Order: sequence, then C-alpha cells, then structure tokens
Amino acid sequence: MTTADGVTVPRTSPRPNAALTGGPISEGRRRRRRAENIRGWVYCLPFLIAFGLFLIWPTIYGLWMSFTGTSLAGTKTGFVGLANWTEALGDANVWTSLANTAVFTVLSSIPLVLIAMGLAILVNVGLPGQWFWRLAFFLPFLLASTVVSKFWNWMYNPQLGLVNTVLGWFGITGPAWLQDPSTAMISVVITTVWWTIGFNFLLYLAALQNIPDQLYEAASLDGAGRWRKFRSITVPQLAPTTVLVLVLQLLSSLKVFDQIYQMTSGGPGGDTRPVLLYIYEVGFTGYRLGYASAISYIFFFMIIIVSLAYMVISSRRSVKA
Amino acid sequence: MSAANPTTSPALPATRGKRRADAAERTAATTAAGRRRRRTDPARVVAFVILLVLALAWLVPVLWAALTSFKTEAEAAALPVTIVPESGFTLDAYITTLTSGQVPRWAWNSLLTSTAITFITVVISALAGYALSRMEFVGRKAIVALILASIMIPGQILIVPLFQLMLGLNLVDTYWGIILPQVVAAPMVFILMKFFDQIPRELEEAALMDGASRLRILWSIVLPLSRPILGAVSIFVFIGAWNNFLWPFIVVNDADLMTLPTGLQTVISAYGIQYAQNMAQAMLAALPLIIVFLFFQRQIIKGISTTGIAGT
Repeated sequence: MTTADGVTVPRTSPRPNAALTGGPISEGRRRRRRAENIRGWVYCLPFLIAFGLFLIWPTIYGLWMSFTGTSLAGTKTGFVGLANWTEALGDANVWTSLANTAVFTVLSSIPLVLIAMGLAILVNVGLPGQWFWRLAFFLPFLLASTVVSKFWNWMYNPQLGLVNTVLGWFGITGPAWLQDPSTAMISVVITTVWWTIGFNFLLYLAALQNIPDQLYEAASLDGAGRWRKFRSITVPQLAPTTVLVLVLQLLSSLKVFDQIYQMTSGGPGGDTRPVLLYIYEVGFTGYRLGYASAISYIFFFMIIIVSLAYMVISSRRSVKA
Repeated sequence: MSAANPTTSPALPATRGKRRADAAERTAATTAAGRRRRRTDPARVVAFVILLVLALAWLVPVLWAALTSFKTEAEAAALPVTIVPESGFTLDAYITTLTSGQVPRWAWNSLLTSTAITFITVVISALAGYALSRMEFVGRKAIVALILASIMIPGQILIVPLFQLMLGLNLVDTYWGIILPQVVAAPMVFILMKFFDQIPRELEEAALMDGASRLRILWSIVLPLSRPILGAVSIFVFIGAWNNFLWPFIVVNDADLMTLPTGLQTVISAYGIQYAQNMAQAMLAALPLIIVFLFFQRQIIKGISTTGIAGT
C-alpha cells in the first residue's frame, strides 16, 4: 500500500525492538515474523468471516444458482445449464424493466448532477444563513425511503394532495400522478431528486471550497469579470468532482427499488418497474430463485461496465495530469 | 449586541452610556454601509432569491405532511383541502399511533438492530483496518485487493442467494438475520486503513518497546487519535442501517420483528385511508434522524466528503 506520509518508518525496516533483543537474527526474526503473520490474520478474521459468508459466498453462490432451477417452494431442480439465461434474454419483462431502469437513471441523474451543482454554486457565493441552506437541501437525504414515499404519495394524491390542490387554484385539473402512465415515471423522478440531491450538493460544496482563492485573486488582477472567472476557473476545477458525482449517481440510480416499490409498485402496468423490482417479483413472489439469479447477474454486468468505464476515465485523467 | 444596549444603558453613568451609544451608532453605520454595498450587488440578490424560493420549495413536502398530521382524520380526508387545520391543531393522530399499533415496537427494533450493526461494523472494521495498516503478514496485499474489488459488487443483487443462505442458517425472521449481512462494510475498512496509515508510528514504536500488546496500543493510542473518523463511520453506518429497506423487507415477515421502514410500509397497504395517522407515523419515523442531524450537522457534512463517497 502506498502511504502518503514520508515521515513514518518504512515498513521493510527492522523494528527497533527486534534489533534490541539481539540473538541469532534469523531465528528470532523468523519467530517474530510468524507471530506477526498469525496476529495479522487474527485481527482480520472477524471481518473476513463476515465478508466471506455474507458477500463473497453469495456472489459465487448466486452465479451457481443462475444455472439451477432452485425454487422457493422447495422443489429442487438441479443444474439446468443456460436455460435461465436464454429465458431471461428472451423475456420481454426483463427488457422493459431494464429499459425502465435506464430511463429512470437518465431522467434522475441529469437533474441530480446539474441542480446540485447549481445549488452549491449559489450557496458558495457566501450568502447569510449557510446552515439553513444545508438543512433545507440535505435533510431529505437522511429520511428513510418509506418516509419519503409517504410524504410524496400524499403530495401526489389525486383529490387530497397538495400538488393538485395548488394546480386547482389556477383552474388546472391535475392528473392522478402515480397512476397515469404518462406521469408516473416523472413523478417518481421528482421525488428522487427531492430526496437525494443533498448528497451531491454537499460533494459539490466541498469541491468549491477546495478551489484555492489565489486563482480567483490572480484572475481579478488580470481584470477577469465574474462570468469569465466562473468559466475559466470554477468549471474546470469542478470537472473531476463532476465525473465522480455522475458515476456515483449513475450507480445509485441504476439500483433504484425502494421508492418505486413503495409509490407505484412498478405500475401502472409495469411502466415504472425497474429491474431490481422484477428480480424481487420473480424470486420472492414467483418463487423462481434460480431464474431471479440469472437476471441479477445480467444486471450485475451492467453495473460492472459503468464502474469499469469510470476507472478507465479516471486513470486516463490521472495519467494526463 | 444591539438588543442588549437599551436595557443596560439607563443604569450606567451618563458619559459611559453616551460612549456606548456612540459606539453602537458607529457599528450600526458601518454594518449598514456594508449592507448597502452588498445590496447593490445584484448577483448576490438574485442568488439569494433563487435559493430562498428553492429552499422553501424543498421544505414544502415536510411542512404539508406536518400540517396534515395535526388535522383530525375527518378533516384530512375532506374536500375542499385545507392547508392549515381549520378545526384546530390536534395531537390525536400521534396519540393513536403511539398507543395502538406497532410503531413503538418497530422503532425499538430499528434502534436495536441499527445499534448492533453499528457496533459490530466499527469493531470488526477497525481491527481489520489496523492490521492491514500496521502489520506485515502474508496475504495482506491480497486482502486489500479483494476488499477494494468487492466495493463494486452491489449488495442488492445478492438478495436471492443471501436469502437462501439465511434459510440454511435458520436466520429468516430473526434479529440476527437483519443484522449480520449488514455488518460487512468493505469501504469502511478501507477508509479506516487509510486513516490509520496517516497516524505517525513513533508513539506505537515506543509503546511496543515498553512491552505493550498490539491490542492495548490500538485501544489506548490509535483509537483515541481516530475519534473523528470513527465518529463519521459510526454515524454513516447507523443512518444506513436505520434507513435500510430492502434487506429487512426480504428477511423479515413477522410483523413483531419489522424495523420502522418495513413496518410502516405494511401500514400503507393495510390502512391507507388514515391520512393524518399516516403522516404522524412518517413524522415520528423522521424525527430521530432530524435530531441526529441537528446534533451532528458538522460531522455529517464533513463525513460526506470522506466516508459518504464510499458509503453509497
């Protein structure tokens, strides 16, 4: 591991106490090294057991399950080869739920990155009441999905909700937001933006505060105006943060489940059903765990592709820098 | 400052009072000048107005829920919709929620499981993080690589095999079934390891020469120096566990063992018509985290830029 601190003793240097005890170097050192080996593993063991049992093993076992006909109902059909995989690729519900996931991801990620950046830039102007801005925009992020869904189901209630009540003041009859196929997805997206923007907002705020003041001072001396400073200093300085925020946002949007399950149950007619919800339905209400595993893995590959794309981009960036 | 002046000055000798008044006038003048200068900056005014409108808009859903929770059930379900409770503010919905139904029970389950998850996660992650930072042992690099690679695995895709595993271990519908899979936090091990890496080793070397054990050094030297990061990690793990929906939803069916998020979800589907109670429950479920935020605002905001990134 590369340690940033240059002051500390290099790992490979003999420990002072090893040097002090003296004796035949080889034997003492070997014994000490063996003790250190055992101690290292003992310290890691509690974590490694949990890690192996609840993360690594399910990852491998899930892959195996995708080649079996395992059912929650107890009927254990064994190895079925690629049957689940070929069925998944021909299952229209898999494709529509993947498409819904993609639509949700695009619709939610764009405002979640751009609005968060805009809010952070506005707050960073140095207005009074910093704590209030942070409270207002970040607080929803701390709420449980169930609480958020309750709030917004009530906002969107066709007759009694605030949204249609306010529209009614202007003589507009609002739709049944969550039940209407043309508004269900956008309604869930609006809720998601409201709920999670605080996280990106804080990341941008931290990035803005890390931009050295000297850059702006130097630009001022050169007679640069506010817009010019924004374009030539703020925007490029925020670029690495934007890449990071965007990737984190894509990854978390792809994993959407809670609020959609709680607000629309994937409806109307499967129009908002994301892939995780379909996996849940196939596995836990349809009892087909093997088939659900195969779909999980197709989804997993999509996640890996996004992660790898980020690693390639960020490594190329660091090579350039 | 200025508010205290009028009450104190009459008791003071005239000259002092006058000087004080002068000083007050002067500061008032300078701040007014400062304010005037700020006011002439149109960009700041525009920024302020935009932010104010957005911030208020952001608070609307919470305020609307709060107002509804103080209405009577009849008013909450009546047309035309009232904004402020017309029949007066009532705590009926809160009283019903807390005295009948299972919300207190679910809150207890949430507190119990979230505390256990936080405690176990911090202990096992700190032990592993310390070993990976300070000890030279065979396989160390492989473990670090494995932990880093595992961050890419989304926990959500593991629900199916994990549920099978829990069936095999007889942990479905138990507290341990909720807790155990949530104590694996690879990013936290990595964050703690990086933090320990930055603590100078000289202190530990001295203690080692005095014959202190590794565990003693970790407990009385390293951990006290790591308080900020331990606090940040704890807060994040706790919030994540408190709010987790998918896993408790999968592993628990018994209504007595549900956590707040999963329990409240069953109420939505069962008694969706009790609007005031519904909102009272949501407000009660939100309250603990709002309090946590008000107390730990600085740590949470600081933590976002360090641990939060890896926590998602």
